[in-house]
Amino acid sequence: MSAITPDEVAKVAHLARIAMSDDKLSEYTQSLSSTLELVQQMQQVDTKGVTPMAHPLDTIQPQRSDHVTEGDFSKAINQMAPKIEANLFLVPQVIE
Amino acid sequence: MEWETVIGLEVHAQLATKTKIFSGAAIAYGAAPNTQACAIDLGLPGVLPVLNKACVSMAIKFGLSTQCAIAPRSVFARKNYFYPDLPKGYQISQFELPIVHGGKLDVQQEDGSIKTIGITRAHLEEDAGKSLHEDFHGMSGIDFNRTGTPLLEIVSEPDMRCAKEAVAYLKALHALVTYLEICDGNMQEGSFRCDANVSVRPKGQKEFGTRTETKNVNSFRFVERAINYEVERQIQVLESGGTINQETLLFDAAKGETRPMRSKEEANDYRYFPDPDLLPVIIEQQQIDSIQQTMPELPWEKQHRFQQQYGLSQYDANVLISNKALSEYFETTLEQTDSDAKLVANWIMGDLAAFLNKNNLSIEESPVSAENLAGLIKRISDNTISGKIAKTVFEAMWQGEGDADTVIEKHGLKQITDDSAIVAIIDQVIAESPQQLEQYRAGKDKLFGYFVGQVMKKTQGKANPKQVNELLRKKL
Amino acid sequence: MIHKYTIAELSQGLSNGDFSSVEVTQYYLDRMQQFNPQLNCYITQCNEHALAQAKAADDLRAKGQAQGITGIPIAQKDLFCTKDIKTSCGSKMLDNFISPYNATVVERCNDAGMVMLGKLNMDEFAMGSSNENSHYGPVKNPWDMTRVPGGSSGGSAAAVAARLAPCATGTDTGGSIRQPAALTGLTGLKPTYGRVSRFGMVAFASSLDQGGPLTQTAEDAALVLTIIAGHDPKDSTSMKQEVPDYSTTLNDSIHGKTIGIPKEYFTNALDPEVGDTIHTAIKAFEKLGANIKSISLPNTHLAVPVYYVIAPAEASSNLSRFDGVRYGYRCENPKDLLDLYKRTRAEGFGEEVKRRILIGTYALSAGYYDAYYLKAQQVRHLIRDDFIKAFNEVDVILGPTAPTTAFKLGEKMNDPVSMYLSDLYTINVNLAGLPSLALPSGFVNDLPVGLQLIGKDFDEATLLNLGHQYQQVTDWHRQIPTAFDKGEAA
Repeated sequence: MSAITPDEVAKVAHLARIAMSDDKLSEYTQSLSSTLELVQQMQQVDTKGVTPMAHPLDTIQPQRSDHVTEGDFSKAINQMAPKIEANLFLVPQVIE
Repeated sequence: MEWETVIGLEVHAQLATKTKIFSGAAIAYGAAPNTQACAIDLGLPGVLPVLNKACVSMAIKFGLSTQCAIAPRSVFARKNYFYPDLPKGYQISQFELPIVHGGKLDVQQEDGSIKTIGITRAHLEEDAGKSLHEDFHGMSGIDFNRTGTPLLEIVSEPDMRCAKEAVAYLKALHALVTYLEICDGNMQEGSFRCDANVSVRPKGQKEFGTRTETKNVNSFRFVERAINYEVERQIQVLESGGTINQETLLFDAAKGETRPMRSKEEANDYRYFPDPDLLPVIIEQQQIDSIQQTMPELPWEKQHRFQQQYGLSQYDANVLISNKALSEYFETTLEQTDSDAKLVANWIMGDLAAFLNKNNLSIEESPVSAENLAGLIKRISDNTISGKIAKTVFEAMWQGEGDADTVIEKHGLKQITDDSAIVAIIDQVIAESPQQLEQYRAGKDKLFGYFVGQVMKKTQGKANPKQVNELLRKKL
Repeated sequence: MIHKYTIAELSQGLSNGDFSSVEVTQYYLDRMQQFNPQLNCYITQCNEHALAQAKAADDLRAKGQAQGITGIPIAQKDLFCTKDIKTSCGSKMLDNFISPYNATVVERCNDAGMVMLGKLNMDEFAMGSSNENSHYGPVKNPWDMTRVPGGSSGGSAAAVAARLAPCATGTDTGGSIRQPAALTGLTGLKPTYGRVSRFGMVAFASSLDQGGPLTQTAEDAALVLTIIAGHDPKDSTSMKQEVPDYSTTLNDSIHGKTIGIPKEYFTNALDPEVGDTIHTAIKAFEKLGANIKSISLPNTHLAVPVYYVIAPAEASSNLSRFDGVRYGYRCENPKDLLDLYKRTRAEGFGEEVKRRILIGTYALSAGYYDAYYLKAQQVRHLIRDDFIKAFNEVDVILGPTAPTTAFKLGEKMNDPVSMYLSDLYTINVNLAGLPSLALPSGFVNDLPVGLQLIGKDFDEATLLNLGHQYQQVTDWHRQIPTAFDKGEAA
């Protein structure tokens, strides 16, 4: 049995907003399964009481002072936006 | 069956900083679309967040004022979901380790009693942009100006048992954040908005019922209506044998009802994890102590002082402190008159409040300044005008005719206090009313009022009523 | 024969007036034109921009305001954002993306008066070990055009190995500077996490990514690192540690330094002939006066499994911003919002990127977070602890960079896991956040082999010192693939 089922892959693909055709689904199921099997090796280690390490360096968050440092950026966005009108980024209708 | 309502509120208070929580872009409501969103706010490739110090101080202030524990170490996490107004595909928020937690707020109810509402936590997070649904050829337009605006999300315990309690808590919280000057409290602009978690359960049952979350209600009135609607709806569903779905709702103010949010129909899996671009926020006791030193007078402290110092009733004091600007208006007015506080309070809570209400204005927008109101009250106190004439003067001041003295002068509203002048008018009235005089003298005491009225009429209300009474009695 | 010069030598030549920056730059631009079509290492060539920068550098020098590195050409991996010049990250998703700002690394190179020749090919979003996952096609290894140059900084490695740039930047999330350096006979430095600003580096895995140089020599690496390292207020994870002038300690004696040799690096996963060259190198260090000590890093075998949870998890979130809304690729005629997202991302990302997004999304999803992400973070702690313990006894750790020499194009494309496993010696260093220097250490069947030195936090100076001393007694770093070792004298 593989480490991940096609249904789970489909669910994850939806969460990640990646379209997935049926033939791709089995391909991904296979490759994700082999990766997950590799990953499973870490389950053998006893990590009771070990602090999770989120960062290599044990330091603290710097804080900047509350001063405006950025200017109007709207010229740049007009150059990079796939679809823009009246300085608004356009997308298919958003339904709340 | 008797039902009990259980309400918890999540309030998003926009922090009153100059710049965003993770970028140096300016915050300004109502700017042209996408002119206040920088590379970081827009989530361009390669950009990184750096925390705004002011946000941390403001969260600490709030924590101190609500007796919350200030976390010596708190962590920013990513809340992952796709939405067009969320540029990075995740919102930076706090999940497991919020900056403050475990506090309380004493809320004065309408009847003067106090109910303590638990504050579960308050955490820092960034706001999203806005989707504009005006028609762009069937598309939506996204404005990212609001993206990255700092929010303090304040989560209450499910301690409230009716909509009125919820509104009282919300108002107390609103007063608090504005007193702390960490939020401008502007609900119309969305600076202070509320999600209401509502459930019902049979009275006596311990377990909570299934709750719904009504999102983004942006006025006190709507919160009350939304909760009441939702309670009724839930009871109806349950009494007709149905079950409540745990769902996210929107309140449609025009229809006065809640409806499910389509974008939240599927259960979200937010995949929270610590944001690797940010490090733990460490707060030293020293920083807390120095913020403690700068804490302003808090609403309940001011209420207590108003009662002690000015001898106001609990009710009056509570009304006046409910809004920081109102309390300041009161004190400014009072300082400039020698009158007693009760008279000033009555004017502010009476005529001024009524005019503001009728015109849908806030105290900051009042066309009659505290100085001008003080000028008016002074003229009442020194008997220049009567209380009744004062209302006319106030109305003229409201219309922009100038300060009290100008209005009194212009319309000749000065009170007649000269005994001989009043006697002359009394004589005139008596001469014109022989019948009434006869009846009065025959014992019809009620007619005394008729004579007072006639004198006031002849003086257009300007005669000092006390003097009129005294002199009339002598004459009759 | 300008292409034979290291940047230290170019710097000397520029200051002697032997040639101008414009001449050097034109020389490299000509070589790029001549050789790039075979190698495919540049995605974007910046001829006009480079010549303008070179001219400005020459002007600075004429005014006596040049630093040592002013006027030296460099090529940037195409995930460093460059203002007004395309930054594709090797992806169709960003094929049309022009950044409105410069990465801090680019900004610092500009400030030092360096000349940017162009933007280098790479595995899409830095995900890969062969440079075959690029929207712009694979890069060839200059030593053998049928083989990969390594990845993800394959374009950087091939460009410097073929001397289409005297030096280049790369980024290293799990070995992406060191492995290609090893496979192409270069010196490659992954600095300590927090040493070089990540601002403007398109993020792959934020807690692992670190930018650094690919150069011919350790001395050159020292020159570039001195320029690009240092605290950046725009990157919360960049550290305030002072940046030494790494050139000043290159010539220190390494006598008495203790080098640890982890036994876990010399198992049967290691090609025996590659192992032999490493052992020869160890002897050279011994001869230079270093003490050699056998050590153990017992959790080494867990590095790849842990990495393939943490890196994809962070990547799945980092890459969510590529949604077709604000910039980059957008699918044609989306029928609704969901379709816009799903097709944009399905069409804009390549297979390996999608695989990793899916793995990472899975590892973070409800019900799996503890078993995968949290567990991986705990084991990550154990891996770092192994190093900390070892550094109580040794100054640096030495081992192979990659288990084999460059493999054939296409050889591992259908077997992602075997590709992942080829990074087994480099990945644990990223998990621990440590600095590491890859150095060319010989050849097997005419293909370069590399060793790596791993140092303590922020101790790049010792690594560069050892590397430089090693390069005083070896000449592996002087080898140039014959096909590319020709050119006109300037």
